[in-house]
Amino acid sequence: MQLLFESLFNGVAIGSVLLMAALGLAIVFGLMGVINLAHGELIMLGAYTTYVVQLIFKLPALQPLYNAYVLVAIPLAFIVSGVVGILLERTVIRRLYGNPLETLLATWGVSLILQQFVRSVPLAQAAGVILALVMGFGLPLLLPDQLLTGPRARLVRAGSWAVSALGGVLLAGGLASQISQIARATSRNVDVTAPKWMRGGIEWMDITFPVPRLVIIVMTIIAVVGVIWFLNRSVWGMRIRSVTQNRSMSDCLGIPTDTVDVLTFGIGSGLAGVAGVAVSLLGSVGPNVGTSYIVGCFMVVVLGGVGNLLGTVIASFAIGLCTDLIGAGRLLTIWPDMPAPLEQVVSFFATTSMAQVMVFTLIVVLLQFRPAGLFPQKGRMVEA
Amino acid sequence: MFQAFQQRRWPLVLLWILIVAAIVAAPTLLPVFRLNQLGMFLSLSIVALGIDLIWGFTGLLSLGQGIFFALGGYAAGMYLQLNSSADNPNGIPEFFSLYGVDRLPFFWEPFHSPVFTLIAIWLIPALLAAVLGNLVFRNRIKGVYFSILTQAALLVFFNFFNGQQKLINGTNGLKTDVTQLFGQMVGSAEMQRGFFWFTAVMVILAWIFVRWVVRGRFGDVLIAIRDDEPRLRFTGFNPTLFKTIVFAIAGGLAGIGGALFTVQSGIISPQEMSVPKSIEMVIWVAVGGRGTLVGAIFGTVAIQFAETFVSEVWPQSWLFFQGALFILVVTVLPEGVIGWFKTDGPRNLLSRVGLARRLVTYPQLEIDGQDEVQP
Repeated sequence: MQLLFESLFNGVAIGSVLLMAALGLAIVFGLMGVINLAHGELIMLGAYTTYVVQLIFKLPALQPLYNAYVLVAIPLAFIVSGVVGILLERTVIRRLYGNPLETLLATWGVSLILQQFVRSVPLAQAAGVILALVMGFGLPLLLPDQLLTGPRARLVRAGSWAVSALGGVLLAGGLASQISQIARATSRNVDVTAPKWMRGGIEWMDITFPVPRLVIIVMTIIAVVGVIWFLNRSVWGMRIRSVTQNRSMSDCLGIPTDTVDVLTFGIGSGLAGVAGVAVSLLGSVGPNVGTSYIVGCFMVVVLGGVGNLLGTVIASFAIGLCTDLIGAGRLLTIWPDMPAPLEQVVSFFATTSMAQVMVFTLIVVLLQFRPAGLFPQKGRMVEA
Repeated sequence: MFQAFQQRRWPLVLLWILIVAAIVAAPTLLPVFRLNQLGMFLSLSIVALGIDLIWGFTGLLSLGQGIFFALGGYAAGMYLQLNSSADNPNGIPEFFSLYGVDRLPFFWEPFHSPVFTLIAIWLIPALLAAVLGNLVFRNRIKGVYFSILTQAALLVFFNFFNGQQKLINGTNGLKTDVTQLFGQMVGSAEMQRGFFWFTAVMVILAWIFVRWVVRGRFGDVLIAIRDDEPRLRFTGFNPTLFKTIVFAIAGGLAGIGGALFTVQSGIISPQEMSVPKSIEMVIWVAVGGRGTLVGAIFGTVAIQFAETFVSEVWPQSWLFFQGALFILVVTVLPEGVIGWFKTDGPRNLLSRVGLARRLVTYPQLEIDGQDEVQP
């Protein structure tokens, strides 16, 4: 019984990180049909945001609030990744709608640039650049409409960008002078230290549940519920779904499809940022942290059935449980007297990377029987 | 030749003259180090020819060509290791003793034979590609889903080769430059010169072969698969069979390229199966021009040399260039360099700056060349 619970918990924990990372991808890939290989790098940006926020909260002035830095990091990571995602959509992906293979290659290029960016640009300056971008896009939304449509609209826009650039420079300078760790560029991995309340574990029925894992599970549940509520109950969610189902008809009915594209992509990217917070709590953060998640994320979305959030949820927990069962060699403890040849096979696959080999093989086998995933979308198109 | 000029194929002819001239002149002009690099890049261009065949002509974007490339390389590496380990204790390669293995794993045995190795280099990757491809194509999985699945398969093979020290030396890979072949060291300058000539001949043979595949009815079916697969199926063809065959051919070419690369680079390791390496292979074809075979060869050699020189001047900065290249080639140059020349790129550029007359009709018709259009 205890064994079963422990195994289940570990599986759910692995699955929830995967789900968190795949949730944004499910929205961008499932609803928009855009292959975003830079998704892993958006996760990485979220993880680095957590690192920077944590360092800021170590400053003497903010030290008393140190325990709450994760709560600040989550919305910030959402905004940082979301803005970078929107920028990506506006500049590159927009030109490539309808060409998934080209999008795939272009976003791979973006991911290479982002990886090298965090290696060769100091984090303080990167934070400044991102603040400037956020302010540059955000300020015009706050200003009254008369200013933006009036005769001096251009001047106002230029002014808001100038203010944003100034803000970025000030932030970069301030951070660089106050926090020595991020004043210079480094390609080394960094570690995010969890606040005190997140260390250790909770004991229940002789099983220790590590708190970071529990926090991630809670974060995942909130994110999934939030996304499902947003898509099904809010006005913009309904617009997103209608554009997904029939773009030209939605356009005819007056839905601003352009804005919907930006919004969908922004939310999907922002969720990647939140996943980055989760990832940073589990291990060290480096420029390659995203790459290790991206293929797994795509497998989750493909296995669950593209365009189906429930499928994504089930697929990620299934993959998480399988990875844990195979990778930690739990099959041997559950069934101690298994026949010798089978035992050899099971122990051969009982490492994390070999478990991945097994899980991906199983997925490819499963796709033989259900080519469109576990929960395929119904349709009558020749090109499904 | 004249006909080639008539059909606006002069850039192709010019390129071929350049390529052959470069190959003939290279051994005398280049130092051994650069010659060795050129040889490695030429062997990579055989892989690129395969990618061009499946992507440029058939529309299948495989992100897993690294599997077949590395399998070919491992086949060559295993033969060379066995060939030069007769004096070792137990008669097995040296690295096995590090992991306490004293018997050769069973799948190494056939690689004692040079004939088997020469066949295995292309047959094993081709067979694997046929099996993998058939499993995917049978279910009509295509487009980006095919790409994602090939990437997942790549990761599976990478993890497997990376983790199995006792079978194939895991993450360290197999070294070939200190092994013996024909009684000589593989890494020696003489041998490398020989390998260069051999690679150059193989590139041209591969080009002739792929050209033969894409010309004629078989090639027509491939292009039909790329342009409208459902229609082809409704016409009574079975696309699965054609796609499987062509994917197997590309796999076999990747294996040959991998073996030639291994003997010239001196090592084959699981790194050749990493995800970035395989996507990089796609960009060679994209830059050279999809659907133009010379473009694949040209793109590979040009980009690889660009990478070498840029990394020598500004270390660490190549990823920026590579990333920009990916974005530029899909947004600005979707047809690649050769395609740009073919589709009146130079003329459009000239007219953009006002040096040539603008074309008025779209799509550009033959009548553009005439002064007046008869109603």
